[in-house]
Amino acid sequence: MLVFSTNLISDPGIDLAGSSHLHYDPGVVVLSVPCTSGIKPAWILHALREGFDGVFIAADGDECGYLADCSARSARLVATAQELLATEGIDGRRLKMTAICSVCAEPFARQVRAFCDSLEELGS
Amino acid sequence: MTAPQPRRRRIGVYVCHCGGNISDYVDVGRVVEAVREEDDVVVAREAMFTCSEATQREIVEDIAAEELDGLVVASCSPKLHQTTFREVARRGGLNPYLYSQVNIREQCSWTHTDDRAGATEKAIRLVRAGIAKTRLSAPLEPLNVTTTRRALVVGGGVAGMRSAVALADVGIEVVLVEREDHLGGAVAGLGEMFPNQVRGDELAARLIAEIEQREAITVRTRSVLREKRGTYGNYEVAVETAGKVSRVAVGQIIVATGFVSYTPELGEYGYGMPGVVTLEEFDRLLAKSSGPLRAGGREVSSVAYLYCVGSRNEENPACSRYCCSAAVHASILAARRQPSLRQFHLHRDLRTYGRNELAFRESRRLGSLYLRFGDDDAPRISAEGEQVRVIVRDQLAAGEELALSVDLLVLVTGMRPRSNDELVNTLKLPVGRDGFFNEIHPKLRPVETIVDGVSICGACQGPKTAAEAVTSGLAAAAHAAAVLKRGVAELDPEVAIVRAEACSGCGECVSACPFAAIALLDGASPRARVDASACKGCGACVPVCPEDAIDLQGYRDVQLRAMITAMAGEVAP
Repeated sequence: MLVFSTNLISDPGIDLAGSSHLHYDPGVVVLSVPCTSGIKPAWILHALREGFDGVFIAADGDECGYLADCSARSARLVATAQELLATEGIDGRRLKMTAICSVCAEPFARQVRAFCDSLEELGS
Repeated sequence: MTAPQPRRRRIGVYVCHCGGNISDYVDVGRVVEAVREEDDVVVAREAMFTCSEATQREIVEDIAAEELDGLVVASCSPKLHQTTFREVARRGGLNPYLYSQVNIREQCSWTHTDDRAGATEKAIRLVRAGIAKTRLSAPLEPLNVTTTRRALVVGGGVAGMRSAVALADVGIEVVLVEREDHLGGAVAGLGEMFPNQVRGDELAARLIAEIEQREAITVRTRSVLREKRGTYGNYEVAVETAGKVSRVAVGQIIVATGFVSYTPELGEYGYGMPGVVTLEEFDRLLAKSSGPLRAGGREVSSVAYLYCVGSRNEENPACSRYCCSAAVHASILAARRQPSLRQFHLHRDLRTYGRNELAFRESRRLGSLYLRFGDDDAPRISAEGEQVRVIVRDQLAAGEELALSVDLLVLVTGMRPRSNDELVNTLKLPVGRDGFFNEIHPKLRPVETIVDGVSICGACQGPKTAAEAVTSGLAAAAHAAAVLKRGVAELDPEVAIVRAEACSGCGECVSACPFAAIALLDGASPRARVDASACKGCGACVPVCPEDAIDLQGYRDVQLRAMITAMAGEVAP
């Protein structure tokens, strides 16, 4: 699973999950960008085509330091990505977005484990 | 279309044991052997501590000896050492942006302490992604801009005033803007304050006198900030005074707009009834009178304080941190004026931290009684003739229910954020979930905001005592002075760039940018252009471009795709 995180908000939350030794599948790798609203839908498609089973966006949500409307913008990006996946015949359930705050260690680990389980049901 | 083959690079990769923090859970030797085979990797080493002086020196030597043009360090989170290794690259004569940090500690070894094989394989994928990013990295130069040696301070309370004085004393001009018709802020309305018994009004008067002595400070009362334009270090702000707008050039902006005291709803713990006041109102009563206490034309012989009104509840879960000490202190002042006064403190917890604990002891010596009620067992308030009746179940007296009849009930209210939408919009200030303004980092960058050139200080950041507000005011002054005294400012070069030949001039990016950093250049066919000094590097313009003509430096499309491909690749068993 590929996780998109953000440098200032969700990546510190994911770091904290590690510092707290909260385990999840080592098939989960994290790619950090400045802001959720800067993620290209094409990157999501690229990841799924390259062999990732799922893409999880650990979003800034309302905590974004750049954009007051980051949640609305990232929701639009996900909608665009879903359309893109649909045209490619990829199951939309392989993409998931949840806001992860800078101290959301436990919620992150929980969400990622649940997403791993649901991807397992979908198969490769 | 086939992409042009990038030229061969010479990349050095260093994988850290971090003592055992990484190597106890990841086979570092195997990671090094695996990535050594990657294209363009000419040096691959492991180190006990890559951040140690010895390894830093080794990297610097490798850069020269192996003619490296790219550097990857796989160790801890970039939050810890990205700056360290960018500096190592610079010392080795390599552009700092040709360096990539790979996080194999927080996001690998520490997460997978239960799966050595899985963690090792993941580390290999992560390092490969770092190599892929570095392979496509380009040198970036921070943009240098000359700054205007003048600061704007918004808010003339103690934090803003002390900040202005400090700036003037290091030779920086200050424009101090205050909405009210006088300086002083909340502190100017206070009598004796804890912990050192100085009156608030005297404290404010002393700072006002200091300001009057300094020619470098221009005070603009009855004024508000209406507009901010320009770029980092060189802003033009519009200040409106009594309907007239004037423009001022400033290099840094400090926001010190303070707080508002929580005003309870009518009926909340009897608020609105005769004999029920807030802590702010009680403080004013103490400040503006002397001798035996009188309220509403009547003598006061008993007072109850009800703590945490408007704080630590569902609507506002935070503690306002100053109010316990302020209420305890108020009760000491009242007891000294009127030793026969009976005083009851009804609290959930009492947080008289640090030296304020001594005041708590003093208040008890002077006769204050403390009663503790449960979180879900709030005291009940009703009118009883001219008095206020308070029924409380005291946990410290085995849960016994007590009925008190007092002349005055003080609701100990805390600090709330001031609602100031215009200022927030004008400066794009980051507002936290609690409504106060957010700093970048509470410990390491406690007064800077994510908006370059704009610092915050005082109680607009959250509840603070006067001493804490002044301390942060001085921190903001130090930060602003550090930028302005240097005369030039360095801007982060990881900004958006437009490939002009691909741009159709549709303007989607212009409206997507909240910082007004993108404009359409006029011409036969308009093209988008990014003002690097106004761009914050969020990348929000990147996905909205229908022509894929925008990239964010450091996160270019080719880099992200290459990283994703590298991470998805198989790892040989």
